[in-house]
Amino acid sequence: MALPKYTEPHYRIWHYIYLTICAAVFFFLIAPLFVIFPLSFNAEEFLSFSDGMKSLDPDAFSLRWYKDMIYGTKNPWGLAAKNSFIIAIFATIGSVILGTVAALGLSSRHMPYKGLIMAVLISPMIVPLIISGVAIFFFMAKAGLAATHTGIVLAHIILGTPFVVITVTATLSGFDHSVTRAAASLGSDPVNTFMKITLPLILPGVISGGLFAFVTSFDEVVVVLFLAGLENTTIPIQMWTGLREQLSPTILAVATCLIILSTLILVTAELLRRRSERLRGINR
Amino acid sequence: MSSETKKILTTDGIPLEVSLKKAEKKNKIKAFLLVAPLLFFLIITYVFPIGDMLFRSIDDKMVTQMLPKTFKAMENWDGQELPDEEVFAAFHEDFIKLVEDKREGKLSTQLNYTKNGFKSIIKKLRRASKKFEEGNYKEQIMAVHKRWADVEYWRAIQRRAPEFTGQKYLKGMDMYVNEEGKIVSVEEDRRIHRVLWLRTLEIAFFVTVFCFLMAYPIAHLLATLPMKYSNLLMICVLLPFWTSLLVRTASWMILLQQQGIVNDFFVGIGLVADDNRPEMMYNKTGSYVAMTQILLPFMVLPLYSVMKTISPSLMRAGKSLGGTPFVAFWKVYFPLTIPGIGAGCLLVFILAIGYYITPALVGGASGTLISNQIAFHMKSTLDWSFASAMGLMLLSGVLVIYWLYNKIVGIDNIKLG
Repeated sequence: MALPKYTEPHYRIWHYIYLTICAAVFFFLIAPLFVIFPLSFNAEEFLSFSDGMKSLDPDAFSLRWYKDMIYGTKNPWGLAAKNSFIIAIFATIGSVILGTVAALGLSSRHMPYKGLIMAVLISPMIVPLIISGVAIFFFMAKAGLAATHTGIVLAHIILGTPFVVITVTATLSGFDHSVTRAAASLGSDPVNTFMKITLPLILPGVISGGLFAFVTSFDEVVVVLFLAGLENTTIPIQMWTGLREQLSPTILAVATCLIILSTLILVTAELLRRRSERLRGINR
Repeated sequence: MSSETKKILTTDGIPLEVSLKKAEKKNKIKAFLLVAPLLFFLIITYVFPIGDMLFRSIDDKMVTQMLPKTFKAMENWDGQELPDEEVFAAFHEDFIKLVEDKREGKLSTQLNYTKNGFKSIIKKLRRASKKFEEGNYKEQIMAVHKRWADVEYWRAIQRRAPEFTGQKYLKGMDMYVNEEGKIVSVEEDRRIHRVLWLRTLEIAFFVTVFCFLMAYPIAHLLATLPMKYSNLLMICVLLPFWTSLLVRTASWMILLQQQGIVNDFFVGIGLVADDNRPEMMYNKTGSYVAMTQILLPFMVLPLYSVMKTISPSLMRAGKSLGGTPFVAFWKVYFPLTIPGIGAGCLLVFILAIGYYITPALVGGASGTLISNQIAFHMKSTLDWSFASAMGLMLLSGVLVIYWLYNKIVGIDNIKLG
């Protein structure tokens, strides 16, 4: 954003103030994440930079907290990671199937009571998590599903579907329905048309909705706090317990891994978004 | 010219109108069938349980079921003087049954909620009732303790007759029904819930304001920079957005602790003395700082998507018509971004008002919100009906905002990323 040469001095000053403010806000947004990286390699047990770290002494850095995370006898991270992945994967599959099918119905122009139904389908995203947690806990307790993987997976499907519904309906809004009619006129049955024509075109939306559902489940702690027993502990639950009791460097090692994971998800989501925009560009 | 004379028929001889309606109906059913699985799943697992919360929050059957005969006999009692022998006899009968089932302790706890002083007199009554003779129960019960001869206590029992009660909602607002049956507030120093409601609104409001003030300039920058730079800067917004909430809270716990980096920095530039480091965590400051950073992306993204659609030539037009850049911004650009501001502010406010995890970790005692109180009653005191009542009070507030959001932005227009 270079300024034109004729800009008056006080606007020039104002422009630089504006850029400084922007830089400060970006710093505020991103810097906290980068505190975690170096501290997770701390050789000592403290959560602040030691003098050795400040002078970049190699002895001040170590992998001991990563070793502790993986091999530590008292650390429940292994079980937690396993549970988290199992729950998130099944919750994602459930959310994607239910959400995509519902989105197909919702974007049909024949859908009756569209506004009302959309409001119900989106509600788990809007209602505060603590209330969802209480309500879902009452249901799961009655259904005998409290403290089971099934219960948590169902709860996360509830929380994850709104994201799939939103992303897929957004993708379908630019969808050219004449291609499905063309397929039908050529003798394809609806299921075949969906698999061969519709799905490939809306796939970016489906996957990015799935990513949202995955992250929602993988990061969810409020509802799981109500539902989980000792057997169903997840990474967020362990982090929550750890942060409440004792902030140990092992948590920072886990946090670093989670940041790497979220970076991967971010990159995937961005690539998908661009691909989807390209595809819809062709349709126009 | 009547329309009936001009009915168009399809090749099967059916009027076109009927045939179209039939096709329309078929399509409607088809569309609905696609939505049905998710809709019914959510209704059963989510909407009904929220209704169940409503039921739990007003349910007060316990005492009603423990003293059925007493309440039946009390129907004819006007509550002015002590009830007559019939009520005492019925109460005795109910009470003996409760003692047999060993449930008189529950009764005393429940009645004690309504009026203090029931615990000891029920214990005394249990002991005395073993030696009761048949008939004239009024005299015998009144002889056990002078409170049994006090009409106030019988009125307190009568107040528990209805199966449903709104008292949990009153309690959530620090009010209760006093002996005369009037709704009054509790004493000034015991109004903990009102403090929490106000604090929740205050924190949600200021977090929204801070987010808006920070998000507006960077959303503008992102929308006006050339693609290749803005994509790079967008990562600064999206990476925190995709990162686990607990990771971000943990990083604030490290930064804000007394020996943490922010305090080190303040000491380093001489703002505070080393031995007098301010407490920045476990209080309101902690909640404000962490929540603002965590919710900031939810403000930037809607603002950005609106600003992206505003053509830069509008600002140039404003300037060429004689406006200074400030006037052009204020009169042309800013009004165009109002939909984005509305969307972002409502989204952040809704999220902030129900926040639980971050205030619980960095908020301490003075930075916790109403959600923390709900969780406390769910997990610690196990007063689920009270937790439900407060949850629904919070929910009704959120639904009003949701409705506003729908009016202003439309839920179909929610965009992610």
